[in-house]
Amino acid sequence: MARKQGAGPAKTDIDMTPMIDMTFQLITFFVFTLNFSTAVQDDRVQLPVSQLAKPAEGPSVEPITLQLMSDGRVIYSGEPVSLQDIGGYLENEKRVMISVSKEPSTATVIVRADGRSTTGDVQDLIKICQEKGFEKFVLRAQYDESN
Amino acid sequence: MAAKREGLSDKIAIDMTPMIDVVFQLITFFMLTLKTVITEGDFDIRMPLGASAGAAWEDPLPPVRVRMTAGPDGERTSLTMNGQPMGDFEELRRRIIDLVGTGPGSNADKTEVELDCDPTLTYDNVIAAVTAVSGMVQPDGTVVELIKKIKFAPPKKN
Repeated sequence: MARKQGAGPAKTDIDMTPMIDMTFQLITFFVFTLNFSTAVQDDRVQLPVSQLAKPAEGPSVEPITLQLMSDGRVIYSGEPVSLQDIGGYLENEKRVMISVSKEPSTATVIVRADGRSTTGDVQDLIKICQEKGFEKFVLRAQYDESN
Repeated sequence: MAAKREGLSDKIAIDMTPMIDVVFQLITFFMLTLKTVITEGDFDIRMPLGASAGAAWEDPLPPVRVRMTAGPDGERTSLTMNGQPMGDFEELRRRIIDLVGTGPGSNADKTEVELDCDPTLTYDNVIAAVTAVSGMVQPDGTVVELIKKIKFAPPKKN
């Protein structure tokens, strides 16, 4: 007992090395998985799955992303818009393109339609785009990673 | 001099606290900005404007017409290719391969597929049909490309 009292409160040194090692490993992991891509993805749309939906090599030219929800509304700039009203927004897109001397026909309309939406709505959406002068369309699907 | 030598041999305790603080801040930042991106891909569809639809296309081969009808809930009730009934999309793919062939001498580049779907059909059937006609994944993972020119038939008025 006398010996313990004489030594006073013993200072315990915790070895921080393993913790710091782990922490740096974690940082490295998160740095490498950090994604700066500006790909438009929205949880409100469940894309249909396809084995052949391989990502494109390069970014699309002048992309305009239109997301069709299963209830038939279109997400444009993050806000749900009815299919009837989307024409007005596309008219604005067209005007912006013309103001910077670009033809609407050079733009690529990316159709991100929900797998549960109807083909009629997708075709209506494409038709509205065509009426505004957009000609290039791509249908987006989720890559099936099961094979 | 003696005192200095003694000082050099002392162990200097580095205060780790600020470093660990910063490191945890970094971890928190990266964890919160972590977003798992699902791989997505595109299918080109050829939808020229109405006026040029017929004129711009100089194709010696007639288009392959894929017709899908829908039931009351939007489910697919039938699938036909040029009027012939198909059991499933796998059969459609086999028939497309029979029709255009693969490898050199394939007619895939010269053939166009026209999708004619009921308006109420759910859209995942369209993507399944597009997948079936546009390519085939082989067991080794390579993709054999088939028809790339795909268009929708004009929507029916009802």
